[in-house]
Amino acid sequence: MSLPDPSALIRQMAVDLRAHLARRQIESPRFIGIRTGGVWVAQALQDALHDDSPLGTLDVSFYRDDFSQNGLHPQVRPSELPFEIEGQHLVLIDDVLMSGRTIRAALNELFDYGRPASVTLVCLLDLDAGELPIRPDVVGASLPLAAEQRIKLTGPAPLALERQDLTTASAH
Amino acid sequence: MTPLDAKRPLQLNDQGQLRHFLSLDGLPRELLTEILDTADSFLEVGARAVKKVPLLRGKTVCNVFFENSTRTRTTFELAAQRLSADVISLNVSTSSTSKGETLFDTLRNLEAMAADMFVVRHSDSGAAHFIAEHVCPEVAVINGGDGRHAHPTQGMLDMLTIRRHKGSFENLSVAIVGDILHSRVARSDMLALKALGCPDIRVIGPKTLIPVGIEQYGVKVYTDLSEGLKDVDVVIMLRLQRERMAGGLLPSEGEFYRLFGLTTARLAGAKPDAIVMHPGPINRGVEIESAVADGSHSVILNQVTYGIAVRMAVLSMAMSGQNTQRQLDQENAL
Repeated sequence: MSLPDPSALIRQMAVDLRAHLARRQIESPRFIGIRTGGVWVAQALQDALHDDSPLGTLDVSFYRDDFSQNGLHPQVRPSELPFEIEGQHLVLIDDVLMSGRTIRAALNELFDYGRPASVTLVCLLDLDAGELPIRPDVVGASLPLAAEQRIKLTGPAPLALERQDLTTASAH
Repeated sequence: MTPLDAKRPLQLNDQGQLRHFLSLDGLPRELLTEILDTADSFLEVGARAVKKVPLLRGKTVCNVFFENSTRTRTTFELAAQRLSADVISLNVSTSSTSKGETLFDTLRNLEAMAADMFVVRHSDSGAAHFIAEHVCPEVAVINGGDGRHAHPTQGMLDMLTIRRHKGSFENLSVAIVGDILHSRVARSDMLALKALGCPDIRVIGPKTLIPVGIEQYGVKVYTDLSEGLKDVDVVIMLRLQRERMAGGLLPSEGEFYRLFGLTTARLAGAKPDAIVMHPGPINRGVEIESAVADGSHSVILNQVTYGIAVRMAVLSMAMSGQNTQRQLDQENAL
């Protein structure tokens, strides 16, 4: 099975996100991408929406729940949120949603900056591993995936999806 | 991996990650850079409304100080607390050892409290290394200063200070001034600067306070302050360690200040944008003039802030390295 083209997915996601925000009566939300792939998707999404507001970036390394198994990510970078979180409507963007653990970590980190009015979750791909009750509000595509497979986004230009087989490659 | 010296296998795990932090001796540039990068991220955490991340939640960090310290102990406490660890601080110099308990007995008692990490300061060189060798294997040991030997977190916070103000190390001239002989800070700074690629490291002080054979660190020795400070980018002043001075090494403090005290006039010989650093506590009018310590070149208080971030980086990296080693050991046992 071939993987979809991210650019085509993002065009449709922009339409869906605009409709979602209109339905929720949210104006001028703040965009936040999760490093690294989520930041690329967020930038492409903002381009498609002709939105030039500053993009926040989150590095959730300090909030992950697998520290005791996997340790600290060696390439951690500072999170940069060039706006207030308190009382704001946020659009949180990631590339691949699988277990939901990254999103849980991201929500925990965001709440250390303030109490947002709402968080809308946008993901390029939903692989629906369903380990946590976390579902995207806007999604590019949902794909069923065999247990030993992973999908990785490469970028930032061009964006492409890549299938990885854990039986032949390492998890990192 | 072939060990470069006796310390290397002890403070690194099988994947070359930190599991203890005892000395900068033999640590590769990549690892030092990783510490600085991680510290940069923690610096951002320190600027938030909630200055805390959940990384070491449920872990216990035990500060064991056999020698007095205010700044190092409190910044280690803050660092551990900002990582959500539980922290206890023990001033052993004022408790058990004066009742005749040995270092071993103290250690066994601390282990029984199920601490995951010890931060150790001791007046004997090699004390942290000794404890790391004898503690149970999954406990991480961080050297908070041992005798004249090493003060690796101070060394790394000095490097973070330099990198944040000067960008990189490749074209810098750095002068370390004062009581080099008794200074574990000087030793850690020299090792770190060399490993990070600083091409011009100078040590400046009276002959009696410069150890024999210091050239092996790749430094140039100056006994004249003005000559040594010429065109430097960074001046690291050291505290005159009066409590370590057995006598006979210096005529008087006044004499020392006259020859090696950093004054506005002397600093004028350095580059116009030079920064002045000091590990603290400063002796005003002994090694540094107040006008310099409080002046526009001084980054002495920034160093304290950076020190918390560096200690957060080292604590979390060592805990991470211990976790990884435990996993490796479990896999090997299967």
